[in-house]
Amino acid sequence: MPGAIEVHGLRKRYGTLAAVDGIDFSVQSGSVFAFLGPNGAGKTTTTEILEGLRNRSEGEVSVLGLDPWSDGAELHRRIGVIPQDFRFFEKITPAEAIVYYRSLFHTERDPVQLLDRVELADKANSRFESLSGGQKQKLGLALALVNDPEICFLDEPTTGLDPHARRSIWAVIRALRKEGRTVFLTTHYLEEAELLADRVAIIHHGHIIASGTPSDIIAQYGTPERIRVQAGPDLGDYLAHKLGVVARAEDGHVEVELHQKEDALRVLAAIEASGIAWSGFETRQDTLEDVFVRMVGQMDEGALRTEGSP
Amino acid sequence: MNPRHIGADFRIVARSYFRNPVALFFSLIFPIILIALFGLIFSATGTTVVTVPVLNEDHGPGGVGYSEESVAFLSALNNTTLVKVQVVSVAPSDFAAWLGQNDYPVGLVVPSGFQSNFTNHTATNLTLYTDPQDAASSGQAQAVVAGVANAFNLRAACSSKNCSAVIGITGANVGSAVYTYIDYLIPGLIGFSILTSPMFSMVDITSSYRKEGIFRQLSLTPLTRAEWLTSRILWYVLLTFVTAGIMIGAGAYLFNAHVLVTAQLIPFLVVGPFLFVSLGMLAGCVAKTPESAALIGNIITFPMMFLSGTFFPVSSFPSGLQSFAHVLPLYYVIDGMNQVMLFSNTSRALTDVVVVLAIAVVFFLLSVRLFKWRDE
Repeated sequence: MPGAIEVHGLRKRYGTLAAVDGIDFSVQSGSVFAFLGPNGAGKTTTTEILEGLRNRSEGEVSVLGLDPWSDGAELHRRIGVIPQDFRFFEKITPAEAIVYYRSLFHTERDPVQLLDRVELADKANSRFESLSGGQKQKLGLALALVNDPEICFLDEPTTGLDPHARRSIWAVIRALRKEGRTVFLTTHYLEEAELLADRVAIIHHGHIIASGTPSDIIAQYGTPERIRVQAGPDLGDYLAHKLGVVARAEDGHVEVELHQKEDALRVLAAIEASGIAWSGFETRQDTLEDVFVRMVGQMDEGALRTEGSP
Repeated sequence: MNPRHIGADFRIVARSYFRNPVALFFSLIFPIILIALFGLIFSATGTTVVTVPVLNEDHGPGGVGYSEESVAFLSALNNTTLVKVQVVSVAPSDFAAWLGQNDYPVGLVVPSGFQSNFTNHTATNLTLYTDPQDAASSGQAQAVVAGVANAFNLRAACSSKNCSAVIGITGANVGSAVYTYIDYLIPGLIGFSILTSPMFSMVDITSSYRKEGIFRQLSLTPLTRAEWLTSRILWYVLLTFVTAGIMIGAGAYLFNAHVLVTAQLIPFLVVGPFLFVSLGMLAGCVAKTPESAALIGNIITFPMMFLSGTFFPVSSFPSGLQSFAHVLPLYYVIDGMNQVMLFSNTSRALTDVVVVLAIAVVFFLLSVRLFKWRDE
């Protein structure tokens, strides 16, 4: 079965600059897909191409089996989009906005029910200009759902929102998935992607540098779980010699990589047996964010070195 | 074009409008202010009634009341409707000073013995005071008094009272029955609001909606650009009818204006907003930023605002400026309304409306074509 979204060899050039430089990915129907990347990486360009708001320079793109650019009108009946920083007519209320969209999409959705769903029912009759950032974003979400979309595109839906508003948008995204809709999410918050997404792809300088499930990516690109204790470098030397493990010592800490769960017990026993003074141990595993920051950072450093070398 | 989409969008425009006090002021109160202001400034230059204080020294028998002939003369003056006689009692020696103190530009003295001299065919002299600084009122009073005096001379010359003048003049104004500056001003100011209200607001919203991503948002719905533009046009047509009604009403109430309001006016109140909504949209979507949009809007609007016959007739312009006025679309809107409301000249009004419609269709198609919801 083809995915809800299929992208092959997608390129978008602005003059000589390639904002998106040959990317491939697919999004399975009914899944949550998170598209990650630093600012200017090509996230928004790609998203807009998928939404039919921007034409591509090269490559094949299919969304619900349609070409987003040439079949835009048909596509827009079947997808819902919440842009970054959603804006609407200042003097119009959320209830009126939904009635407006309902007329445009020829549907019979109940405004109250829809606003209830995004926790905005109490502001149904307040003008858009008086809504907070989170409430505006929730209205964007409600409007994106008026046409009962098969795919929802959410472009940084929680950027700039307070933690409470962010969590209520997460709840809506989870509910959308439960209803069998496909969600295409771009975000700055790696934690958000890790929590919500079935699969993620990381785009950087127009290329996809990693893709898969969050745990796949962490396993593939992250460092293994580590045990970390406060101690001098002599403990590191002792453990390396005694257990044959890699032990890093820096800033009054010693870190040892754990390849199996049992390693933790062996390391702790060895530390205790060493007779060297130590305190406060913790175990730590890379999050998606650690992996992301490291990968993007390494790539940028590499780029700087390449540019700097004669 | 789906009427349901246009209707839904129209309701959004109407609601946004009614909830915006500034917009309401400009469409409901501002027209009255415009009419009142320009009416007051310019009404003096039209045909006005000059008040003439009269010192009547020709008393009736026994010094009671006034003589029959002097009263007949004064009522003949009144009957011209160009002057209004106001009999005053001031000492004859103080009359000139009194006129000056009370800001009367003219004054008339009917000497004693007016009736007896008139019936005896003896020369008698009326004294007319005039103020050279107010040439218009002075000239008008002078002409009226001279005219009435001539009529009385004619009557005196004919010994029998059934002798009558050979040459008669029937008074008529250019255009319809009574044509004053305020009558001329009403079509001009309606044209002014047909131009300014959609131009300023369309230029503004076209560029700011694009900047704020509202067009992008709308592009994700089944609403088309032509539908969006059509609902704006319908809204401004409605607004123009209201504004025109207010202006005609205010003109009639405040200044006793007598413009003709016929069904022939309707095409102008429809195609006028059609043209300028489209032009405003065109200006707004050509501009890259809201600031440059405002600039382009002003460059288009201001020359048209003053040079299309809004405040002054184009025929009073130097010939070079007249040719320039003839390329401004608003000229045809205002000229057409002048033809309908003042001159009842249907055939020229028809030409004007066809010109306006043709320009409007071109601007509409061009703006729908150039206006992009989405980027390449």
